Amino acid sequence: MSTVQSLRKCNDFVIKFANINGTGSASANEMFARAVMGMGVPVAPRNIFPSNIQGMPTWYEMRVSGEGWLGRQGGCDMMVAMNPQTWDRDVAELAPGGYLFYDSSKMLPRSRFREDVTVLGLPLTEMCNREYADPRQRQLLKNIMYVGALTALLDMEFAVVEGLIAQQFRGKDKLISANVNALKLGYERAKAELPCPIGLTVQRSNGVGDRIFVNGNDACGLGAVYGGATVAAWYPITPSTSVIEAFSAYCRKFRTDPDNGMARYAIVQAEDELASIGMVIGASWNGARAFTATSGPGISLMQEFFGLAYFAEVPAVIFDVQRGGPSTGMPTRTQQSDLISCAYASHGDTKHVLLFPEDPYECFTLGAQAFDLAERLQTPVFVMVDLDIGMNEVLCKPFDWDDSRRYDRGKVMTAAELEAGKNFGRYLDVDGDGIPYRTIPGTHPTKGAFFSRGTTRNAYAKYSETGTDYVYNMERLRRKLETAKKLVPAPIEQKASLPTRFGAIYYGSTSPAMAEAFALLKAQHIHVDLMRVRGFPFADEVVDFINDHDHVFIVEQNESGQLRMLLINECEIDPKRLIRVLHYDGTPITARFIANRIANVIKESNVTPLRKQVAS
Amino acid sequence: MTYLAKPKLLRPDTPRNALGYTKRDYEGSISTLCAGCGHDSISAAVVQACFDLDIEPHRVAKLSGIGCSSKTPDYFLGNSHGFNTTHGRMPSVLTGAALANRDLLYMGVSGDGDSASIGIGQFAHAMRRGVNMVYLVENNGVYGLTKGQFSATADKGSKSKRGVVNNDTPIDLVTLALQLGATYVARSFSGDKEQLVPLIKGAMRHRGSALIDVISPCVTFNNHAGSTKSYDYVREHNEAINRLDVILPKDKITATYAPGELRRIVQHDGSVLHLRKLHEEYDPSDRVGAMNYLQERAALGEIVTGLIYVDSSAEDLHRYLNTVEKPLNQLDDAELCPGSAALHALNESLRGH
Repeated sequence: MSTVQSLRKCNDFVIKFANINGTGSASANEMFARAVMGMGVPVAPRNIFPSNIQGMPTWYEMRVSGEGWLGRQGGCDMMVAMNPQTWDRDVAELAPGGYLFYDSSKMLPRSRFREDVTVLGLPLTEMCNREYADPRQRQLLKNIMYVGALTALLDMEFAVVEGLIAQQFRGKDKLISANVNALKLGYERAKAELPCPIGLTVQRSNGVGDRIFVNGNDACGLGAVYGGATVAAWYPITPSTSVIEAFSAYCRKFRTDPDNGMARYAIVQAEDELASIGMVIGASWNGARAFTATSGPGISLMQEFFGLAYFAEVPAVIFDVQRGGPSTGMPTRTQQSDLISCAYASHGDTKHVLLFPEDPYECFTLGAQAFDLAERLQTPVFVMVDLDIGMNEVLCKPFDWDDSRRYDRGKVMTAAELEAGKNFGRYLDVDGDGIPYRTIPGTHPTKGAFFSRGTTRNAYAKYSETGTDYVYNMERLRRKLETAKKLVPAPIEQKASLPTRFGAIYYGSTSPAMAEAFALLKAQHIHVDLMRVRGFPFADEVVDFINDHDHVFIVEQNESGQLRMLLINECEIDPKRLIRVLHYDGTPITARFIANRIANVIKESNVTPLRKQVAS
Repeated sequence: MTYLAKPKLLRPDTPRNALGYTKRDYEGSISTLCAGCGHDSISAAVVQACFDLDIEPHRVAKLSGIGCSSKTPDYFLGNSHGFNTTHGRMPSVLTGAALANRDLLYMGVSGDGDSASIGIGQFAHAMRRGVNMVYLVENNGVYGLTKGQFSATADKGSKSKRGVVNNDTPIDLVTLALQLGATYVARSFSGDKEQLVPLIKGAMRHRGSALIDVISPCVTFNNHAGSTKSYDYVREHNEAINRLDVILPKDKITATYAPGELRRIVQHDGSVLHLRKLHEEYDPSDRVGAMNYLQERAALGEIVTGLIYVDSSAEDLHRYLNTVEKPLNQLDDAELCPGSAALHALNESLRGH
């Protein structure tokens, strides 16, 4: 027998479900996560799934954190091993002293187990086969049965899980009783045969508060509805597809004309990404708010059109739910690796506006704001989501909206202004901010029409290859991107509790891991000021922040340090001052990874942290 | 040069249409194409058609791709907004524009390289979707701007100016459009204004995807012996199946026809297509028959022109999507934003605890 002490942790552990995709495990696992939250304990679940529909391994990794840390932790304290294909690696992944729950219907040789973990077996398949005749029911209810067993093992409240079932199948009484029955069977069998509760337990707390549990893609779709988008054109691609599904569902709910059932929106599934962005540009040119949702390969395909929208100055909103690249890369894994291909998309001298939401709350707010920015700046705006926040349910602040807010439609010259004889030069910088006026097709019978094109033109939109016209236009575009710096969401700074020469810049889904790393480092008396970048082109505060520190860690989830490249290039920073902290194996970055890397660099650089000197 | 405005001299007796506009009001910048280019005749036909139909120029949006043909929207309807997009991608941009405002008329102008080569995908899908538009292909079988390479509509065996023989099978956009569900399909010849103008008028009054493939000889690179897209060749092999007159509800019918000679088709907006039959057996409402006929005649080396197919009760993309009558680009904040109360209710349903 093992001499390793079994883990004893309350409201602070990682439980991982190893399943086979297509077996209905995802909804059972999510129900389990909701049950933990139902007891007031924050969870951060993550689907780790293959690019496949049925029969391949899939994992649901759930961090239970009474402290409220929502970043990925890594490691595994309890494995619910429901997939024989991945048994060996799942068993191997468990921490010493951990717990292995499995379906013991079929005998396994002792050699397939580990001595240093607690093995918890229930004959789930056997129980299901005895209880149910229908094969699909056997499969689905087996999942509910293990949820029941876990409820007993982790000392959770049965009534909470029961309530979730009633909520999920509201109005379908037969399903409720079948599911509750399966839940009970698992619960009671575990109580009878297993050492309940085990060392990992969930205790009622009030750590969830009024937060909502939603995924970022859903929030993007909702943000597009609130942002006033009426045209969506898209092409299916993982992991962005559910942005459009959400937009579609919210439109049906909120944008159906109550009088006649007609749609105040148009959604077209295009033949490819080129057509998607083409439709978005056409609709925006014609005065509608339009967007597409895509991922890396789609961004590559859309490049030429991004150049057209940039140069012809047509608004467009692109939700880029980033995945692992290059090429087809890791379609179901997360990365922040499209920054360069978006920031400088298309040939010639271009630069685009990027927004970096950290969670579903910001997917909603920045998603809606993107439409104002696109029309104000008359240029494409990229909302840089990633798979981690896009496709996983995340606990976040509830959505809010100010009813007094009005859409900023930007500089659009009206028929009345044209009629009054206002000078209209489509590419004329009248206000000094680089943003010209535009007219919407159909505005006036004889005034204000112009010919949009990707070729060079003069300030009055007439074709021109004259050098001075070209230079005037390019300089105006540069002024416009300067204006953008002040309009994109400002960076958010968090000072360390003591003065420090070290800073760290991060963005997007790295947020929860960074917040936790900040605390881990502080515990080691390592103090680092933080700045979360939310927009590109970079606001002046970003440059100031870097200049205020000797060295700045740039924490990101790609191989080449893409934000770092942008900082070096755009802000003329000495590269030596920007230290890479890069995580790019396709899993979400962890606090431990960030903290270790930062601590090591600081130690290796042989620098005594300033606050230590101060403190001693 | 396009940036030189045309002189605005008008004689007092210049004809005006019902809106009080002269044809000059439908013109654009001066063409920069080669003298004698077929495309300029097509531009003139568009001007004539819009003038005849009393269309307010600003109610038309002109979109094009890249190439000689795609430059032409600058040369007609100067008071319309135009968008010269990217190579082969006009159909998607036009589709998006049409979604944004269903009240404007959309004219897509493209060429054989733009539509049959780089843009064949977008061409096909716009036809499939039933985008409400007039899609004009100015088809000359060559790439003019890059000096005379064959395009995908060049006939097998036809000779380039330098004597190179084309071995690739041609793509016939008319056959494709028929197969893909276009609901108004015509072919014409830029040298036959009498035929072309009514075909454009009929298309502009059509609801749904209208394709007009206009054979438009390239005087510089494809008008020689051995070419099957030269003025001479097309004149010799042109097989017109019918002659169209578009009669608007306001018009009085003056012409008389012998019994059996005329076919009358009423479109959704009340406009009437009068088709004088030149081929007794040809039925322009039979899609399959039209495809068969085209194949048979093509095998004989004939170029079939006229109104090849029309479905007068066609639907369009907006109908399929059930979009509101008010153009999407004119919906106001209140019609678009669900507001904070709805969001509050939604939050309640998403609570973690």
